[in-house]
Amino acid sequence: MEPRQTYCQFESSALQLLVNILVLSSIYALIACGYVLIYRVSRVLNLAHGELMMVGSYLLLTTAWMFAGSPITAIASAIVLSLTVGVLVYLFLMRKMTGEMVLAAVLTTVALGILLRGLMVLIWSAQQQYPAQALGFSNPALALPGGARISLFAAILIGVTVATYAALFTFLRFGAWGVRMRAAGQNPLLAAQRGINLHAIYALAWGLSTLTGALAGMLISLDSGLTGTMVVIGLKAFPAALVGGLDSLVGAIVGALIIGACEVLAIQYIDPLLSDVIPFIVLIAFLVVRPWGLFGTREELDRV
Amino acid sequence: MSSQPRASGYFRTSYAQDFALLQTRMQRVSAATFGVILLGFPLIASAFYLDLATQVLLASIGALSLMLLTGYAGLISLGHAGLLCAGAFTAGILYKEFNTPIYVTLPAAAIVGALLGVIFGLPSLRLRGLYLAVSTLALHFVVVYLGGEYETKRGFSTGITVDAPMIFGFELYGGTTWYYVMLVFAALTLLLCINLLRTRVGRAWRAIHAHETVAEALGINVAAYKLLAFVISSAIAAVAGALFAYYRSFVSVEAFSLFLTIQYVAMVIIGGMGSLLGAILGALFVTVFPYVIERALLALPDAQNYAGQLFAVNYAAFGLVMILFLVFEPLGLVGIWHRIQTYFLLWPFKHRPVAGARK
Repeated sequence: MEPRQTYCQFESSALQLLVNILVLSSIYALIACGYVLIYRVSRVLNLAHGELMMVGSYLLLTTAWMFAGSPITAIASAIVLSLTVGVLVYLFLMRKMTGEMVLAAVLTTVALGILLRGLMVLIWSAQQQYPAQALGFSNPALALPGGARISLFAAILIGVTVATYAALFTFLRFGAWGVRMRAAGQNPLLAAQRGINLHAIYALAWGLSTLTGALAGMLISLDSGLTGTMVVIGLKAFPAALVGGLDSLVGAIVGALIIGACEVLAIQYIDPLLSDVIPFIVLIAFLVVRPWGLFGTREELDRV
Repeated sequence: MSSQPRASGYFRTSYAQDFALLQTRMQRVSAATFGVILLGFPLIASAFYLDLATQVLLASIGALSLMLLTGYAGLISLGHAGLLCAGAFTAGILYKEFNTPIYVTLPAAAIVGALLGVIFGLPSLRLRGLYLAVSTLALHFVVVYLGGEYETKRGFSTGITVDAPMIFGFELYGGTTWYYVMLVFAALTLLLCINLLRTRVGRAWRAIHAHETVAEALGINVAAYKLLAFVISSAIAAVAGALFAYYRSFVSVEAFSLFLTIQYVAMVIIGGMGSLLGAILGALFVTVFPYVIERALLALPDAQNYAGQLFAVNYAAFGLVMILFLVFEPLGLVGIWHRIQTYFLLWPFKHRPVAGARK
């Protein structure tokens, strides 16, 4: 088992507990929407999402070194780069797996994850790094009314999660490309018949998914540094997506809240060692009772 | 392995011939030669290669069990490392707490594996494909957590040491002994798998793999056979885990990461789905691969500069190879092997005659 990284930064009044749950849940929600985007559009479960998330934070580190002194440029270029990485992953790898067996596609993402993990260590080394330092940011703890405390970047993370979900909802509901994405997810054949370029849609989904994952990765690494163990967080966010229903964005939020709450409470009241396993125990419970998740579509099960 | 291409002129005329494991003289000769090579290997090999061969044999046991489940019954499991972990910890805990001899711990590991197999398999009655993979993945984390919990609670936070087992006053110790132990177990597993697959059970699994509803309509008890696949596969995997514990004389949850699961899945894919030969080839490939990479890296100029990066290079190369197989050779090593066989069988022609063509 890899070393643990938990997000209970401050001990423990009831209000503090609530804040911890909120922070952890927004982390999971921000990561989980990446799983949902790709699954909803192309029925592929991207198990390399944790690694892609880390790629995002390492990209931020690099741009922070390159554009020392102008953090805005650094962050903006890191965001653009991570979008590009996602698109490239689709164009050069996952495009070859379209139409293959679902399992083969999933295993390809697993293999991609391993490849990325190796490459990241080769390029950026395995040491713990601090992008916040490289950007010249400090991370003060803010005092909330009621005596609870939250670190600055954790607060920003909650804001970014809310903004991301709002943007995604708007995009999928009203944007022309968003509507096309939903169409491609509902019925790829019909969508293609209507002149929607499926490859472009899938590439966009991969790009957006990597982008949101990278946002999560950047904020986590700004908050608490950047090590290889971040992959574990990415993997733990995946039960959140599944509990909510793999093809539902609302579900991802609810799932993230459930998983986040269970994890924080278990760490607090039962055993800190449970941190890595609680999301998966909740996942098993849900798979037994309601495998398609809280908000997922039931017919999915047979199609997979 | 009936799917092998065979030259014409071979007919089976009795049941005895039909039942025989090795049907032609060529098969008997090559099997005997191969057996002699395997038996004689420790006489010529250095300690390093002996250890490598033992690892390959151990991995073959695990890969064969996963092949039964995934390649034949069509049930996907991402929890294989969890089962190995369960077996290893059963052996380790029984030894540490009760000083149990090996001929008790191995069957105990098999029983624990079988019970876990039921638990791992229960979701398969309801879930398919992706969701099944995910549920086994989740169970992997639970098993590994329980192992870690035991280590921490009992104060073996670095792992459990297991002494060399005694059997009939003979201590199983040293590379050569363990090579033969693994060889025996691998051979037994292979024999078990071959025979399982050509009986009712194997046919039922293949039917379920091909089409579940049709299998059910044919009167196959789908639920029972799915569970049976999990039980048998898990029991074998757990025994492999226990053997691993004895061979390394050390058990720790660190060894049973998600990466190990992925390695076993890779063995099945790289070897070739639905072939026992594939499982063994895959085990050979995946086990030897890191050492090949290491050699290749050290052969480069300024080798010292890369030595620290070896682990990362291994990861990246392994991921890359897995991707290449998935994208370009989904049939795996066995696919390549069969293509070579077919080439020589058909020589000097390039293709099989078109089915149904009249001369």
